[in-house]
Amino acid sequence: MLRFISHRLLQAFPVMFIIITGTFFMQRFVPGGPFTAEKAVTPEVLRNLNAYYHLDDPLWKQYRDYLWDLCPKAFHPSAFERGLDLKEAFGIDFRPSFKYPNRTVNEIIAEKLPVSLELGSYSLLIALALGLPLGVLAAIRRNTWIDYVCSAAAMTGICIPTFVLGPILVLVCAIHMGWFNASGWYGPIDRVLPCLTLGSVYAAYVARLARGGLLEVLNQDFIRTARAKGASEARVIFRHALRGGLLPVVSFLGPATAGILTGSFVIETIFQIPGLGREFVNSAFNRDYTLVLGTVILYAALIIGLNLVVDVVQVALNPKLKFE
Amino acid sequence: MPARRLLILTLSAGLALAGGCARHDGAAAAGPGGRPAQVLRFGNGSEPQDLDPQAVTGVPELNIIDSLFEGLVTGDPHDLHPVPGLAESWDISADGLVYTFHLRGGLRWSNGDPLTADDFVQSYKRILTPSLGSEYSYLLWFVAGAADYNAGRLSDFSKVGFEAVDDRTLRVSLRSPTPFLLKIIATHYSWDAVPVKVLARYGPLDHKDTGWTKPGRLVGSGPFMLKEWTPNQRITVVRNPFYWDAANVRLDAIEYYPTDNGPTEERMFRTGQLDVTSTLPLPKTDVYRRDHPGELQIEPYLGLYFYRCNVTRPPLNDKRVRRALALAIDRERLVKDVLRGDQMPAFAVSYPGDSGYTPEARLSGGVPEARRLLAEAGYPGGRGFPTIELLYNTSDNHRLIAEAIQAMWRTNLGVDIRLTNEEWKVYLDAQHTQNFQMQRAGWIADYLDPHVFLEIWETRNGNNDTLWSNPEYDRVLHLALNARSEAERYADYQRLDAILVDECPVIPIYYYTRVFAMNPRVAGWWPTLLDIHPWKYVYLR
Repeated sequence: MLRFISHRLLQAFPVMFIIITGTFFMQRFVPGGPFTAEKAVTPEVLRNLNAYYHLDDPLWKQYRDYLWDLCPKAFHPSAFERGLDLKEAFGIDFRPSFKYPNRTVNEIIAEKLPVSLELGSYSLLIALALGLPLGVLAAIRRNTWIDYVCSAAAMTGICIPTFVLGPILVLVCAIHMGWFNASGWYGPIDRVLPCLTLGSVYAAYVARLARGGLLEVLNQDFIRTARAKGASEARVIFRHALRGGLLPVVSFLGPATAGILTGSFVIETIFQIPGLGREFVNSAFNRDYTLVLGTVILYAALIIGLNLVVDVVQVALNPKLKFE
Repeated sequence: MPARRLLILTLSAGLALAGGCARHDGAAAAGPGGRPAQVLRFGNGSEPQDLDPQAVTGVPELNIIDSLFEGLVTGDPHDLHPVPGLAESWDISADGLVYTFHLRGGLRWSNGDPLTADDFVQSYKRILTPSLGSEYSYLLWFVAGAADYNAGRLSDFSKVGFEAVDDRTLRVSLRSPTPFLLKIIATHYSWDAVPVKVLARYGPLDHKDTGWTKPGRLVGSGPFMLKEWTPNQRITVVRNPFYWDAANVRLDAIEYYPTDNGPTEERMFRTGQLDVTSTLPLPKTDVYRRDHPGELQIEPYLGLYFYRCNVTRPPLNDKRVRRALALAIDRERLVKDVLRGDQMPAFAVSYPGDSGYTPEARLSGGVPEARRLLAEAGYPGGRGFPTIELLYNTSDNHRLIAEAIQAMWRTNLGVDIRLTNEEWKVYLDAQHTQNFQMQRAGWIADYLDPHVFLEIWETRNGNNDTLWSNPEYDRVLHLALNARSEAERYADYQRLDAILVDECPVIPIYYYTRVFAMNPRVAGWWPTLLDIHPWKYVYLR
């Protein structure tokens, strides 16, 4: 297993390098720059700004300097106790943001990643808490009205996008009933609506995958054997079938976690949540070169990491797979 | 079991982060002595870039900086005409070239340090320092030597026209008489002083990333001071006890909420999270007009919506074509049926009634004249007219307007245009490289004077972008700056507006309004053309 993991981590290096290089150069060839504004800055000021941010250096030099700043130059993981600062902990410097001159990209990530993680983990919790029972129920009561209700609910959840569900929830629960704030991220109560919105979409996927996976397993010989041995239905489902039946859900969870973290842009906009998803998208519109790179690198690392975790979990769950 | 462990790990990461307080958290409960808290909750558009008056450019920044800093002169709350601010009086030399400001006695920064004339000089030195790269430094270029110092052609700041005569006297020498100088200082933060001694504690003065604007560090001179800044959440400012007029400040605090999504902001207003919104979504205007007229606020706004022509590309290189297009727009109908926010149709470039100036020149003659001009240019009834392309930045509102005008031109003139939209920065890049035929544009004034709308069409102005150049226009604009009296200056401006209406390098369409929702409890708030509402006068009923 260790060999498998270290092999995969080694593979991650060239992938990251290609992502960083591609992002670095691609954004430079897009029209407009961080200082392109409606009111044109005078040539003198533009020259000063470019000099201030070293944008007047040759591109290869900027690239080399940036890579050097990215290289880990320290190892103090204990610094994480004071906050999520990659510069303090590992000497990884994402540089100051262009759009927000008084903040570094490290600071922005340290402030906003925890918010996105919180939003994402509650949503995942909701997705699993709603989706798993729904899917399992539909599978064991296959082709009954229970199955139809559960499957219809799941299909509806997949079909209603978050930007429809979110405002509807706000309209009903915040504006008409007055139970919640319409938006914001101040107290625990403000977590309810956004997490419910994001969670229910993923719950729908989880339900469908759980139902499909479980149905496939329930048709297999070892289940028939278990039943023949006189195992109770509950034992058959929870002891024998669920382990294999949830494999599709597990493989889905890796990309879904990454998707929840990177794709929370819509939710963060609807509910004014200070998360990283919004910075990820807006930084591209703002041509905030350093923030684009910082968020892309972070998300790439997250996705690579989560995929690795999923692979390991899959092997552990599925006796047919081996670490090869 | 690994699967379970993975789940537990993911979930506990989140659960560990919960805080604790209830709905409507914040200072908005009750004030001292049981009276209702004077806390204004203000929807402020996007997250401010920074709060350093010398490093920012936007409106959300302006709204906050106006509460944290005050200029030498400041705007009257009713119409923003210059009234004493940190300077209690000023003298202007007979030739209009030397301004002497007399600061109030006992002025202090919000940390209690004395605020002197030298703070202003050092601040102006900072904003003009080339390596700082301040975008608004050009608003100080009217001062002798300032433009040269800013461009790096002059390295000795003592040769720039700023001088602290003593602690309370600041002398400013100009390059040429600038009759609207006080109006700029009254409404624009680029002329505010920053606490240079405090800045120096956190890093080099010409660096923008020293973090001196963080809560606990930022020191200002205005009626309020910074208490809290949670990015993308809330910025709270509270009373500044050291402000010279602290006794007359009526609000206890202002909470600024970043609200870059219009529909979300409107929902926040409806649940009572906001007292003032920054905008109102277009479809909501009529709903508010019908159901909540007391909350709908429509204020005139010193801005022009126009189409910019690239005058080097045929057929727009012919001024008859440009005029024909300009005349064939039914502006009243556009405003009434499409925009629906009481905007004012624009028949000239300058804003009517800005500082007592109303352009006499006016696009007149309507569709018959437009048809005649088009025929004269060689396209009778639109025959043979090449399809031109109108570029706008991706937005539903701009598309609606463009489609309406496209239909008007087709019906009235028989000419066809193609609509193209681009993402904001791509669109701006096309503008600044003049890579367009016709482009939708807007211009919002930084200060209250007709000069703001006229200076941009000068040949070398960086915002012209039409490639239109008229030596007579440039000459008269220069004359106006040296005019002896306001009447003489305005007479020059009339000539400029006449040239613009005749040549139509830009096609004026309408003057902006600000449409937003406001709690009827908000008082001490008057519509001003710049959407600036001096905070110390605002209160809640």
